[in-house]
Amino acid sequence: MRKVAAAVIAALFFAMLMSTLYQLPSADYTEGGYNYRNPINGSYADENVPSHYIADTKDETGATNVVTAIVVEYRGFDTLGEVTVLFTAATGVAFLLRKMKVRSGKKKTEANLILREGSKLVLPFILLAGAYIFIHGHLTPGGGFPGGSVIASGFLLMMLAYPKFFMKERAVSVTESLAGITFASIGLLGLVFATSFLQNFLPFGHVGYLVSAGIIPLIYIAVGFKVGSELSSIIDVMKEVQK
Amino acid sequence: MIEFTIISWIMALLVVAAALYAIETKDLMSAAIAAGVASLVVSIMFLILQAPDVAITEASIGAGLTMAIFVYAIGKTGRWEK
Repeated sequence: MRKVAAAVIAALFFAMLMSTLYQLPSADYTEGGYNYRNPINGSYADENVPSHYIADTKDETGATNVVTAIVVEYRGFDTLGEVTVLFTAATGVAFLLRKMKVRSGKKKTEANLILREGSKLVLPFILLAGAYIFIHGHLTPGGGFPGGSVIASGFLLMMLAYPKFFMKERAVSVTESLAGITFASIGLLGLVFATSFLQNFLPFGHVGYLVSAGIIPLIYIAVGFKVGSELSSIIDVMKEVQK
Repeated sequence: MIEFTIISWIMALLVVAAALYAIETKDLMSAAIAAGVASLVVSIMFLILQAPDVAITEASIGAGLTMAIFVYAIGKTGRWEK
């Protein structure tokens, strides 16, 4: 009986998902949809939203990566919310598991020689790749969230290779807080020097150069540090919990 | 326009097979690894569908961090499904 019910529910979900397939917009993004409305003066452009983003991102934000421009500039407030959600999740995990945490409890088995030495060799390159992904977020694919998670996976490798390796709690929480404060204060500076919260108040510079696109690289560096330290602290807490 | 080549079909079948194996197997460690394989193949599919941003995130979170959390949890509990 339960299996039949589960099959019916799964079939319903499948039908629902398949029915939305036919309602997807056409691959030609220039047709249909809503016209772009300028948030500052309220006027409507004669092109729809995706066309506007693809055509005008470079002039309006100075970034060559359209996805980053949308995430940090056009939808910057949503990104602040996302970072807050991740922060809440990390705090909740730490709050629930910290009491069960025991450092250097029972004897842990050592990883083998190849993993230990190899991870020592690879770690700097993983950290460099993560930093590259978030520093170049406004130029190439990537950004704060992918870069931070790559950095966290580097620390995960160290935890797997060396069971005694742990993150310094104080350093992690200071990094996380400083990154969060940086993000929020850049937003507030936008309120002071420009018209609204998180608005770009710096010059765009040369489009396509490392120092360009105003506040986008600054915010993505803060997000990268924040996501990296939060994810590493989650893994660190989970690793130390005893049965 | 994106063309669905034979490689895309093979990868789609691989994702479905890995997901079904992760559900059906009694060995939780194999299930975690199968879920990681599914994430990895999905991230390659994102790359083929021209979404490299999503592909990077999926590869590091889905195939890396989530699997590590699963493996730690299995280490703290038991390897076999009862």
